[in-house]
Amino acid sequence: MEIKFASSKGSLYIYLHGELDEYNAKSAKTEIENAIASSGNLKRVVFNFANTSFMDSTGIGVLLGRYKMLKKIGVPIYIQNPSVSINKILQISGIYEIMPKI
Amino acid sequence: MKNKMCLKFDSVSENGGFARNVIASFLLPLNPNIGELSDIKTAVSEAVTNAIVHGYPDSVGEVSMIAEIDEETVHIVISDNGVGIENLEEALEPFFTTKPDDERSGMGFTIIKTFMDEVKVISKLNVGTVVDMVKRIAPTK
Repeated sequence: MEIKFASSKGSLYIYLHGELDEYNAKSAKTEIENAIASSGNLKRVVFNFANTSFMDSTGIGVLLGRYKMLKKIGVPIYIQNPSVSINKILQISGIYEIMPKI
Repeated sequence: MKNKMCLKFDSVSENGGFARNVIASFLLPLNPNIGELSDIKTAVSEAVTNAIVHGYPDSVGEVSMIAEIDEETVHIVISDNGVGIENLEEALEPFFTTKPDDERSGMGFTIIKTFMDEVKVISKLNVGTVVDMVKRIAPTK
C-alpha cells in the first residue's frame, strides 16, 4: 500500500493506493497520523479510495480510529471515490453516517 | 465442473493477501463477475484475519483454507487450531470486538454474512474455529 497526501485550503486529501488490510494497516495508521499532525490549520480530511484495490473491515478500523482522533479537535472526515465493493463495506458498517461521501 | 483445493499457511498477516489471491485464481474457471469475486475475496480476508489476529493472539499457528467448486456453488472453509471464541453469539454481533483499543471495527463476521450466501461458524475454546461459507456464482453469462 502506498499513501499519497495533498493539502489545499485546510483540506488534507489522503489517497490510498493498493490494498488496505491487516498486513499494512499499522503502517498506514502511522503515516496518516503523521500527516495529520503536521498539517497546520486543518479544516477537513478527505479519504480518497479511487486507487484502493482492496479493503476489508481492518480498513473500517483505520477510519474509525482517525475519526475518534479528529472528532476531538472538531475536524470532519469525508469519503471520496470508493469502488463498488469498498462502498458496500462502508455502507454495511454505517461509516457514511459519520463520514459523508462527497 | 467439480474441483477442490486445500492450502495451509502460517498465521502471519502477510498471508491475508496470499489467501485472497489463491481463492481468486482457483475460482477463475467459474468466470465470476467482479462483484462476486470481490465478495468472496473480502469474506476470505475477514475469516483469515480473524484466525491470525484472534485465533493465535500470541503465537504463530496454522490456518487452513479448503475450497470446493461444485457446478456454480463455491464452498470455502477457513479453520485454525487456535484459542477459539469464548462467546460466539456475541462475536457474531455487528460492532462486537474484544480488541477495541486495537482499532478493530467488529464488523468481520457481519461482512462475511452479508457477502456470502450461507455461513456457519463453529468454535471451541482452546481447540479452534471453523468458518464455513457458501456462495453461488451466477451461471456463465
